[in-house]
Amino acid sequence: MEAIHLWWIGEKDPGPRTLEYVRLHLGRALGAPVRIWEDPARPTDAYDPRRKQWSTSRILAWMGTAGPPGMVLAVTDQDLFIPILTFVFGEAQLGGRVAVVSTARLGEPGLPDPRVALERLAKESVHELGHCFGLVHCDSPGCVMARSPSARDVDRKRGDFCSKCRDRVTRSGGGAT
Amino acid sequence: MTGENTRVLVVDDEEIVRESLGGWLQEDGFQVSSAPEGRTAVEMMKRDRWNVMLVDLKMPGMDGLQVLEEARKLQPEAAIIMMTAYATVDTAVTAMKLGAFDYLVKPFDPEELSLLMQKVVAQQSLVRENAVLRKALKKEHRFRDLVSKSAAMQRVFELAQVAARSNSTILVLGESGSGKEVLARTIHEESPRAGGPFVAMSCAALTETLLESELFGHEKGSFTGANARRKGKFEAAAGGTLFLDEIGDISPKLQLDLLRVLEERKFQRVGGNEPIDVDVRIIAATNKDLKKAVTDGSFREDLFYRLNVIPVTLPPLRDRKEDIPLLVEHFLDRLEAEMKKRVKVSPEAMGALLAHDWPGNVRELRNVLERGAVVAQGDVIKPSDLGLAPAPARAPGTNAPGEPVSLEEVEKRHISEVLGHTGGNVSQAARLLGIDRVTLYSKIRKFQLRRDGEESDPSGN
Ligand SMILES: Nc1ncnc2c1ncn2[C@@H]1O[C@H](COP(=O)(O)OP(=O)(O)OP(=O)(O)O)[C@@H](O)[C@H]1O
Ligand SMILES: [Zn+2]
Ligand SMILES: [Zn+2]
Repeated sequence: MEAIHLWWIGEKDPGPRTLEYVRLHLGRALGAPVRIWEDPARPTDAYDPRRKQWSTSRILAWMGTAGPPGMVLAVTDQDLFIPILTFVFGEAQLGGRVAVVSTARLGEPGLPDPRVALERLAKESVHELGHCFGLVHCDSPGCVMARSPSARDVDRKRGDFCSKCRDRVTRSGGGAT
Repeated sequence: MTGENTRVLVVDDEEIVRESLGGWLQEDGFQVSSAPEGRTAVEMMKRDRWNVMLVDLKMPGMDGLQVLEEARKLQPEAAIIMMTAYATVDTAVTAMKLGAFDYLVKPFDPEELSLLMQKVVAQQSLVRENAVLRKALKKEHRFRDLVSKSAAMQRVFELAQVAARSNSTILVLGESGSGKEVLARTIHEESPRAGGPFVAMSCAALTETLLESELFGHEKGSFTGANARRKGKFEAAAGGTLFLDEIGDISPKLQLDLLRVLEERKFQRVGGNEPIDVDVRIIAATNKDLKKAVTDGSFREDLFYRLNVIPVTLPPLRDRKEDIPLLVEHFLDRLEAEMKKRVKVSPEAMGALLAHDWPGNVRELRNVLERGAVVAQGDVIKPSDLGLAPAPARAPGTNAPGEPVSLEEVEKRHISEVLGHTGGNVSQAARLLGIDRVTLYSKIRKFQLRRDGEESDPSGN
């Protein structure tokens, strides 16, 4: 199947390990090849100076033209929002091909182990791409598609799909095993 | 949480709100539609059913409160959540008073929205469950000992069934004989307290001191005549339900005592000082207009609110005449068991029963049928066996035009009519006429009226 692209669009350098970890995790969960996309372009229009946050819908629209073809997950360290919510961890076009996640709220200061934040980022990345595969939120205990409005909720779930969700990903073109 | 069967309508004049909220809700699997203004929302309510509506308070044209009001009328079972940009408590409170499920301040905290939607889904599945229940109740036309097919009573049954599960205080309102006590008993039997006692207590007719000691009990020697320590109804009903009938009649002091008990869930026996925990569900009832009593100062407002947690109003029998044939059937079944014979009601008699005004409600109907069954010759109750006033359309005491009658004649006819209405119940008739019982008895004798209102048959019967 076509490769999924992983694209850093944040401000600070994430370091080589972060994206590599997410790449490996996504590949395992989705059963698809995942490649890093490198492009210094940034969605500057998506910044809302009043809220001091970045609008996910504007980022997603920008990605559609500025990014590579096929499925793309953008990762940023900027704080994201949708107009009706105070913040979001990420967003995806349901059944579409673009998604974005942010590390801004996944690692609260004083988090004893930096790997916890990395684990959360990996889970949210799978989750948002799950939406691109057309999945909605799932009730099965521990499934990565559970709605997780807080970091605590993210910690409570696993990093992969339940069997029901995995079936759906496979049927809609993913290669999850 | 998935909302697969939950239909959500987002009403907001801002497109980005409709879009971002709609998208968020779709990810939860909700079936989401949106309306850019109040009027469109009302149109959509007329066309389709919605489980949940998220409505912006401030919109040009029809505002959120107006949409809420329409929604309460058009789709009373939908859960309405108000969205406001201004965290003004008063608009939110107004909305909640008008029946909104909850409100959210924009922009929403994701966790708060998430929890609220979970609550709504749970509430809506309860609504669905009740719809199933309603169908079952409708088919049976009964709720334990209560018989009815009228829509208003079906709503009472549903409310009672749901209320039974909680421990909240219930206030039953309704005219005398409309079934307040049976309803209270039924709620008790449907509640988790069914294994405990049901204790009924009428608050009318007793002096303040007596009622106080009846309710709370007393210690030995606490007043003259208190020869031994005695438990009151609150203790007797422990673990069960206490039914306080005629609550509108209690004195100001007892109103205050009762308020304390409801607030503190503790009381003391008269003459005692050891606080005793209250473990009862209270169901209060009255045939008085308590709200009016509050306005004219005879009933404490704070107590009214404490009691009025779940108000249930029993409609008078004259407003649900479709129940009469069903109730007749029910009471004749019971009479059959007692009298070992099956009596029927002739079509004419049924017509008379349907035409009657029933000031004494179901109790009066029961009495009329019991009497009819005894008086009837053979096994069919005829109109004359019922002892109801004929031609109920006639205003009391009026005559054919151009036929003047004496004041005494008017009085006689009026008394006769009222007695007919009460099914021969002299005390009730006296109350309706505004005279005491002794006076009424002497008038009955004077006019040679039968207790049921018809003139005595001189040949003796
Ligand atoms: N819907 C009903 N189905 C069957 N029986 C009923 C119904 N409603 C009332 N009854 C019967 O009518 C009689 C009067 O009911 P109840 O004593 O509950 O009335 P009430 O409203 O408490 O009267 P009051 O205010 O005078 O105390 C009882 O015998 C009761 O069983
Ligand atoms: Zn999601
Ligand atoms: Zn799942």
